Amino acid sequence: MSVASFFRSRRSKKDIPRDVDSGILIFDTTSEVISAEKVLKENGWQIRVMGPPPEVQTGCDLVIEFPHMEELDILRTLREAGVSPKEVVPVSSPLLRPVDLFNIKDFGDHLMVRAANMKITVDKKSLVIVNISGGGCPDVPYLASEMTGKNLHQAPSPNDIGHTLCAYALQLAYEEIMKRCSQ
Amino acid sequence: MLAIVGTVPDKDFPITHGGLSLDGDMLKINDSFVDVNRGTSALMAAAAVTADMLGTQAPYGFLVGDIGHGKGSRDLYSYLTEHIHEFELDTLTFHYLQPIAHWHDRVLGAVMGLRSKPVLIADAGFMYAAKMSGSARSYDLFTPDLGELAFLADESSPHPFYTRGFILHDENKAPDLIKRAYNHGNAANNLLVKGRHDYIVHKGKIAATVSTPSVEALEAIGGTGDTITGIVSALISAGYEIPEAAGIAAYANRLAGEYADPSPATSVFEIISCIPRALDEILGKDGSVTKGVIHHA
Repeated sequence: MSVASFFRSRRSKKDIPRDVDSGILIFDTTSEVISAEKVLKENGWQIRVMGPPPEVQTGCDLVIEFPHMEELDILRTLREAGVSPKEVVPVSSPLLRPVDLFNIKDFGDHLMVRAANMKITVDKKSLVIVNISGGGCPDVPYLASEMTGKNLHQAPSPNDIGHTLCAYALQLAYEEIMKRCSQ
Repeated sequence: MLAIVGTVPDKDFPITHGGLSLDGDMLKINDSFVDVNRGTSALMAAAAVTADMLGTQAPYGFLVGDIGHGKGSRDLYSYLTEHIHEFELDTLTFHYLQPIAHWHDRVLGAVMGLRSKPVLIADAGFMYAAKMSGSARSYDLFTPDLGELAFLADESSPHPFYTRGFILHDENKAPDLIKRAYNHGNAANNLLVKGRHDYIVHKGKIAATVSTPSVEALEAIGGTGDTITGIVSALISAGYEIPEAAGIAAYANRLAGEYADPSPATSVFEIISCIPRALDEILGKDGSVTKGVIHHA
């Protein structure tokens, strides 16, 4: 980690302060958003993944909200990582928040976690992922085929192989079930 | 003819269309074979066994490979826009496709331009796109689960991922969510809501509910919602009225689930294998409903 990013990390807060003007980074695909989020968080930037305002929605979108005054540095970081946005616009209306509620179901030998429209179920003893269900984007069957039958700690994470909002929702469920299974 | 449109998780699978049948535990479309695990292949397999059981024409499939990049979906959208008029369709079911509003609109425009409009059914990604583009009322049936119902009820949400927290995915709130979805014009003329209780909704009114048999493990099994959509599609194509078809499908899926005696680790194929037995139990020789636990509201 660079010295600059260390200090950014130290001053990072969970949310972008309300008195700071925000901008949004718009990408061509959700997978680019996921990559950019990873790069920016690793570098300590205060950003959050949100839903796009209605005027730029195309269907299966995420955008990255960031403090507008940091635009140049953030764009430089992204350019160096090879994930430049296709557009940067100021935030003019409230952004949609991703769902943050989880639904937990205990089947005895199996535990299921649902986030938004995605569900993941594991065998509580072996931690093997036994089923993935829900969702409507075309990477859901792909994620299921790549993750089902593998141990939670060995399976690829949805953020690494998924491309859509359903994959992002599955990532949240995956992180939650990891947390619960390591307690 | 019933046609079903969707994707398979193989980026190299080209646009393929043709009659659908089960060959062992694989779905056959033209000369290609597809694993039946979840998603569109599960829907197609359920429709194929239902049509076979009813003695009606085998469903027709339009498939393309897409692992979430959206390229396959866009190619299939484009193909359908240009060629859909070449097919004689009475029922058309859209499923796992990348939800892209402008492509949805082009495909819907092509379908609405057909000489005879088929019964239009949407589930999964295509249902998301239909709601987002404000075209829900052009559809005859949506088949959401409870989380997706909450999304339909939230007029500002473009995807279930953004459903606002105050619109909880609470089973007890399903009637309120149904009302809200219709009030904002975000529901199809009929809904089959899949959950602990299945709700059959006709023009905004709950026409019936199906609650038994209750098989807890089904919720965890990928593809069990897709199989309901496959069964109801085949029943509608066979001539059943939509609310009746929805009730039979909901009940048949539960019975098939019970016969499979599943755990949360069961594969959906085991449930599909039990669909003919379940339909045989429900339908008489003349196709009328002889057995069912369908509570009419």
